Amino acid sequence: MAKLDSKIPHGSLSEKWTNHKSNINLVSPANKRLIDVIVVGTGLAGASASATLAELGYNVKTFCFQDSPRRAHSIAAQGGINAAKNYQGDGDSTYRLFYDTIKGGDYRSRESNVYRLAEVSTNIIDQCVAQGVPFARDYGGLLDNRSFGGVLVSRTFYAKGQTGQQLLLGAYSAMNRQIGRGKIKMYNRHEMMDLVLVDGKARGIISRNLVNGKIERHSAHAVVIASGGYGNVFFLSTNAMGSNVSASWKIHKRGAHFANPCFTQIHPTCIPVSGEHQSKLTLMSESLRNDGRIWVPKKLEDVKAIRSGQLKATDIEEEDRDYYLERRYPAFGNLVPRDVASRAAKERCDAGFGVNKTGEAVYLDFAAAVSRYGKEQAHVKGLDENDTNLVKKLGQEVVRAKYGNLFQMYEKIVDQDPYEMPMMIYPAVHYTMGGVWVDYNLMTSIPGCYAIGEANFSDHGANRLGASALMQGLADGYFVLPYTIGDYLSDDIRTGPISTDSPEFEAAEKEVKDQLKGFINNNGKHSVDYYHKKLGKIMWDKCGMSRNEKGLKTAISDIKALREDFYKNVNVPGDLDEFNEQLAKAGRVADFLELGELFAKDALERTESCGGHFREESQTSEGEAMRDDKNFTFVSAWEYKGEPSNAKLHKEELKYEEIEVKTRSYK
Amino acid sequence: MNLKLKIWRQANAEAKGEIVTYNISDVSPDMSFLEMMDMHNEQLIETGEDPVAFDHDCREGICGMCSMFINGEAHGPDRLVTTCQLHMRKFKDGDTITIEPFRADAFPVIKDLAVDRSAFDRIQQAGGFVSVNTSGNTQDANAIPIDKHDADKAFDAATCIGCGACVASCKNASAMLFVSAKVSQYSLLPQGKVEATDRVLNMVNQMDEEGFGNCTNTGACEVECPKGISLENIARMNREYMSASLKG
Amino acid sequence: MIKTTIARKVAMALSGLFLILFLGQHFTINITSVFSDKMFNFLSHFMGNNPVVQFILQPVLIFGVVFHFIMGFILEIKNYKSRSVKYISFNGSANASWVSRNMIISGIVVLSFLGLHFYDFWVPEMNYKYVEFLPQDPDRYYEELVHKFHSPVRVAIYALSFIFLSLHLFHGFSSSFQSMGLNNKYSRGIKLFTVAFSLVIPAGFIFIAIFHHLNL
Repeated sequence: MAKLDSKIPHGSLSEKWTNHKSNINLVSPANKRLIDVIVVGTGLAGASASATLAELGYNVKTFCFQDSPRRAHSIAAQGGINAAKNYQGDGDSTYRLFYDTIKGGDYRSRESNVYRLAEVSTNIIDQCVAQGVPFARDYGGLLDNRSFGGVLVSRTFYAKGQTGQQLLLGAYSAMNRQIGRGKIKMYNRHEMMDLVLVDGKARGIISRNLVNGKIERHSAHAVVIASGGYGNVFFLSTNAMGSNVSASWKIHKRGAHFANPCFTQIHPTCIPVSGEHQSKLTLMSESLRNDGRIWVPKKLEDVKAIRSGQLKATDIEEEDRDYYLERRYPAFGNLVPRDVASRAAKERCDAGFGVNKTGEAVYLDFAAAVSRYGKEQAHVKGLDENDTNLVKKLGQEVVRAKYGNLFQMYEKIVDQDPYEMPMMIYPAVHYTMGGVWVDYNLMTSIPGCYAIGEANFSDHGANRLGASALMQGLADGYFVLPYTIGDYLSDDIRTGPISTDSPEFEAAEKEVKDQLKGFINNNGKHSVDYYHKKLGKIMWDKCGMSRNEKGLKTAISDIKALREDFYKNVNVPGDLDEFNEQLAKAGRVADFLELGELFAKDALERTESCGGHFREESQTSEGEAMRDDKNFTFVSAWEYKGEPSNAKLHKEELKYEEIEVKTRSYK
Repeated sequence: MNLKLKIWRQANAEAKGEIVTYNISDVSPDMSFLEMMDMHNEQLIETGEDPVAFDHDCREGICGMCSMFINGEAHGPDRLVTTCQLHMRKFKDGDTITIEPFRADAFPVIKDLAVDRSAFDRIQQAGGFVSVNTSGNTQDANAIPIDKHDADKAFDAATCIGCGACVASCKNASAMLFVSAKVSQYSLLPQGKVEATDRVLNMVNQMDEEGFGNCTNTGACEVECPKGISLENIARMNREYMSASLKG
Repeated sequence: MIKTTIARKVAMALSGLFLILFLGQHFTINITSVFSDKMFNFLSHFMGNNPVVQFILQPVLIFGVVFHFIMGFILEIKNYKSRSVKYISFNGSANASWVSRNMIISGIVVLSFLGLHFYDFWVPEMNYKYVEFLPQDPDRYYEELVHKFHSPVRVAIYALSFIFLSLHLFHGFSSSFQSMGLNNKYSRGIKLFTVAFSLVIPAGFIFIAIFHHLNL
């Protein structure tokens, strides 16, 4: 493969995108009709890209494995979407959003991409409102904003706790319009099985119809991967059950570099695992940390009593509680960034202070907030501020108004009333900053193959800020890819339809069929989930919130051994030509078993700590993460060489021209 | 807990289905309903039987993919939840649980408990959108103020997750709640009003073509809707439809 | 125009409301029989011989009745067919009232009663006036009424039918407003009125029947 060329346009940062748009090649409307584009995935990035490409005139074929494009997991995003609109007049600007995103990413993202993201962010809001997305409004009828994730301005647009849902349905409606016009052909319940390269260019995919098992060939002049992140490599994550790495991994195996696989975001406020049967984890919005205080007991005997049910959280005296975030980070307290809060919880639980049966939970306590708000309300209403019951009642009302839906969700799952008893929370895998390496045009290292949204690596560095994922997905899909792809496709106006009868399609289809047959005929003894859970455990224990050389090396060999065992002993019931969930899952887990190893290898290679990646060897004397800018200001882009362990590292140096690289501190 | 499961098994769309009875033991009350189904499937795989096919994805009540009819109710006995949010603590040791797919001729069974709800997609494609290009060169988002009450109502309608519980619960298999939620969302917003007439006519026509039944105002849909979408939306769509028909 | 579900639903609501109006008018005339046979005879004679009532309103009413039940059956058949494979277990009472789910049953009972009612009153009446051309007798109506309620079986059938009519109204009345697009702050009032109307009117009819049966 060619040397990494990020194709960053020349000129000053603020003019790069405008200049680039003016200079790249375009395809005329008449010629767009002659060009086919395949989009895999229908989350924010995939749906918005499909809609826009179709609107521009391309023939789009869109694939999703769910029963409808609307099910994509972008729908589960709660909090909001950032945009530098500065409607609140609090000093926000494109530059400030750009700066916050780079800093939040711990200086491991590509400057030019992030600046462009900040630049187009305002268009997203205009676009979504025009589409009928019902954002929250104030009484004057204008859009409301809130503050999010420790930044200093209010730039987050939201629709209650369902922002992702509303944005996705907006993009889905734009898609529906094009499906109705016949410009998008939608393939529901179809899984992409492989990418087909003809003369070194991406020219189509092999897909499997999940309803009847039919293997199909689809050709196109370009292929866009928008299949999301790979958090499910940990088995337990806040991702949907079907979320998978397969599309990204297949293109990686065909030549696309995979960048920074070890950059994973672990979200601190999730509902803890309740037992062996757990299938997924549920996130609660980070906004809870605005009012909740996080603690564990100071004494181990109290922990024991709590676990055995002799004591309740509310029985622990104030002086016997360890508010460890407030203790360690007096300046930011409970509002430290996600990665810091998660590691601190793990540190306490590892020391034996976890407060549930599994020993992996800490308290998030609203009692102080309830009493503070209650007193405030009592004062405002001229009532007795010393009446404990009254204050509690008034305070709970305030808390209910702010977080009611989250409290209700918690109660449904845990069956405990969080108004009376502190919530239990624990960090969980949430988002993957790493992904397929792309250049400024969002093209992977395979010509004609693009990656957008969470599937690519470019904008969040080593840690993503809250409310930025939605922004990136829509920016890529609505406003970046549809224009940059024209630059490549302008060479294809005379190509004509791509035949699916070529030997390349033939060979790819055969490989896919052979793998599937292999699974069905294996007659092993363990289910697919058995392996997925085992992989998840290795990943969580060795490549989770903190990593060290020894653990990572064990992880690499363990995963390799597990993978071999998987191919020997996996049991996939049913047949090839039917609706067979286990077969689909087997293919996905097979890819996770390879990605997991590369993940560990990448984590091993990067001996610094940065963002979500914490190497125990690289910390300050107080246990804080320590970056190594001298040796690691680069993107690790891995080239596939037959086995994950043989992957070849390419480094894309990161240059910061407009930003001074600093150490993050939250003390 | 020990439970008896009576599950609808059907090999594919053409096959004739039947109820098959299974026993399952050691179910924890903390499990979600789907985790209980996972456990049951693991056991089936171990004994060489075909696992039960069912749709599911996000498992946090927002994607709308899970779709079981449990003991005679869509998403089971709990209110304002999807099947994935239903927990086994809602059941008692020794209970018999009947699990069927969402049934409607417009939702043909694919296999076991998985049904094809693409009729919903086609209704949306008939008009569930605002015809605005995604160029980003629209007017500023704050150019048209929107009454907060209207915006809130539009949001409430827009929270529909398209799971199909309304159709499944309705004795007539009517899709009115689903369609009206989308029609309402747009008719309440100035951006959607422009093409309101065509939208409601086209979407209702498509709904009828898909073979859903008629609304007889029993209100079952509203009760079973995991997102609590209100019947007000159906009334609003009826209004919209009448005025659109009169306009021609 | 009345091909789509919503158009049909609105047509059902309109015809239903029209029949409710008629029911109110019918009741008003009937209840006078309790207080004054003269008044009852006068009104009955007016209704039976006024050309506007006889040749314009009566056909409209008959059309209304026939339309309402034919459309009711058409919709019921379509609804039945939209789920050809039925649920093994369907807990309808968990989310909707019995009356709302069984309008077809209450409707059929009311329809059967209408048959009886036509046989009892309308057919002899038509026969009297237009087949045999018997001489006008403005005082016969009260006697005929009392005579019909002589049989306890008929009174029982009559009472039972009105119970079902009550059930039919209980859902149908307020529901027709929802069908016509009215669901707002007045809906509670409509619901309350529905409850009152569907209790009072059928109870009133039953009262009249029993009153005359006992010859009070």
